[in-house]
Amino acid sequence: MGIDRRDFLKMAGASAILAIGGLTIVEDITKDIAQASESASESGAVAAGKLAMVIDVAKFKTGDDYARVIDACNSIHNIPVIDDPKSEVKWIWADTFEHTFPEQQEEAHMKESLKEKPFLLLCNHCEHPPCVRVCPTKATFKRSDGIVMQDMHRCIGCRFCMAGCPYGSRSFNWTDPRPNIKDENPDYPTRMKGVVEKCTFCTERLAKGLEPACVEASNGAMVFGDITDANSEVRKVLNEAYTIRRKPELGTGPKVYYVMGGADNA
Amino acid sequence: MLEKMLYGSRNYWIWVLSLLAVIGVGFLFYLQQFNTGLGITGMSRDVSWGLYIGQFTFLVGVAASAVMLVIPFYLHNYKKFGKLLILGEFLAVAAVLMCMTFIVVDMGQPMRVANMFLYPTPNSVMFWDATVLLGYLILNITIGWTAMGAERKGFPPPKWVKPLIYLSIPWAFSIHTVTAFLYAGLPGRHYWLTAILAPRFLASAFAGGPALLIILALIVRKLSKFDPGLDAIMAVGKIVAYAMVANVFFLLLEVFTAFYSNIPGHMYTFQYLFSGLEGHGKLVPLMWTSAILAAIALVLLINPRTRGSQNTLVAACVALFASLWIDKGFGLTVGGFVPNPFDTVTEYWPTVPETFIVLGIWALGALVLTILYKVAIGVREETAGVEAEH
Repeated sequence: MGIDRRDFLKMAGASAILAIGGLTIVEDITKDIAQASESASESGAVAAGKLAMVIDVAKFKTGDDYARVIDACNSIHNIPVIDDPKSEVKWIWADTFEHTFPEQQEEAHMKESLKEKPFLLLCNHCEHPPCVRVCPTKATFKRSDGIVMQDMHRCIGCRFCMAGCPYGSRSFNWTDPRPNIKDENPDYPTRMKGVVEKCTFCTERLAKGLEPACVEASNGAMVFGDITDANSEVRKVLNEAYTIRRKPELGTGPKVYYVMGGADNA
Repeated sequence: MLEKMLYGSRNYWIWVLSLLAVIGVGFLFYLQQFNTGLGITGMSRDVSWGLYIGQFTFLVGVAASAVMLVIPFYLHNYKKFGKLLILGEFLAVAAVLMCMTFIVVDMGQPMRVANMFLYPTPNSVMFWDATVLLGYLILNITIGWTAMGAERKGFPPPKWVKPLIYLSIPWAFSIHTVTAFLYAGLPGRHYWLTAILAPRFLASAFAGGPALLIILALIVRKLSKFDPGLDAIMAVGKIVAYAMVANVFFLLLEVFTAFYSNIPGHMYTFQYLFSGLEGHGKLVPLMWTSAILAAIALVLLINPRTRGSQNTLVAACVALFASLWIDKGFGLTVGGFVPNPFDTVTEYWPTVPETFIVLGIWALGALVLTILYKVAIGVREETAGVEAEH
């Protein structure tokens, strides 16, 4: 057959346009697929790159290791302190293996040390983010470097993205967050009630050439970089250690990796 | 024609004023929500949609169900539905208006609602839902109002209405299919992630909407000189019976797939809804009420004798409507969020302000429906004896 994948997609697209008139939908989808296959084939050559994070679980030893990383984020991003788990705002937090990887919970006889170990959770900055797909106003969008962002001024607070996110990474401001911010950082915007927010991989720091705050505070337990660059540090770690991601079977392409293997690989 | 709403009996005005009072209370609570934020509701980080979106979903079904009268009348020439039709179309108008109100009160930033159309986003199902709902509202107001106007003057409706009526048929299916797509395309929400959700939505809509219409038509028949026809009302009973059988069948298919496959994610929500999960079972009594009411409704509807008697038909319709309201207006939305992405359970229960806001919007819908029906009845009473073809 003389047609390649792109042509096939174009043809499929054209017939779908005739069928449903959903011109833009089809364009978006074909573009997305085409882009994905391009970046896969020329890995390392893409200028913008795709930013990813690797968390070496074994390097987190004490409760302080987690607290330092989480506080680094909370303090600079004006995260409100809300005691009620129903309305709290979380960008990065810790939870058990069972809650982080619920589909693996039936591993009844896994290593005790891993079972009890807290894992850091944050937005996965998915390759195919469902939150971006469902947002009715493009208030949440994916940048060319792969970071999934949120425009607080455009968000209408419909919370479709929260239903769409399979990682529970999005928080809604159920009330005005400002009274609950302890020490406000004047260099970072506070948010208002009625909008959704989440981790941004510290775009404001990346713009200045700095690493994300959590990575910086982790003393090497977290690595951040361009996953399309074969010489990047994230790729080196991925090449050496056994890593897993949260719910990869959903096809979202999460870009936060967890180094497993406990103390052996530390 | 609208002036007909201004002339009514004492009871009519008591009814209208009572509705306005409920709307007023709901509005005051909404002002509280507007100022404080959605934190005054029972929703949470884990159950981020609640009664508002549940009502929206349920009412889209009520709106779509008008097509169950349009199809027999226009495509199968079933003339008996001629008088009932306008009641179905105006019910659709009231239901769509309620849907839109529920969407707006559910928004964290309602002042930015126009962003949906200022930044149209075709890859978002919500954009399509807003679009098709608006279209359906315009279609039904245009069709219903033009038909009434023509009838009042003793003329058949103008020819240009016909294509709109035919268009309204697939359109009705589209509004509820798109509403199902809001849910059915989300990765990781197993209870919703099922291809049969749209058929389930349509089946429950075509049972619940016409059941409500039967009740309304019998009330209209009792309170006014306008008789939509007892035969026609009884015929709707058959539609309700078939649709409810399909709806329950579809639900049982879901139960089979979940429990025979034994895949935890597929079973959890059913377990949460009907027996409780990890010690949480707030919705269990409600869901069993829904199941029992559904069984009662089915027995009364399938048996031709009970379906054919007015009292038992009304009882069946009330049971069915309540059953579907619980299942679709409450359990479906909340259940989809349980368990949360971490496989833990956060429960939801509406708060007092939230409940009054919901009641206020139902009262608003009832008021719109009352006014539209008042106009329709007024026109019909005026032209009684000089019936024109609808």
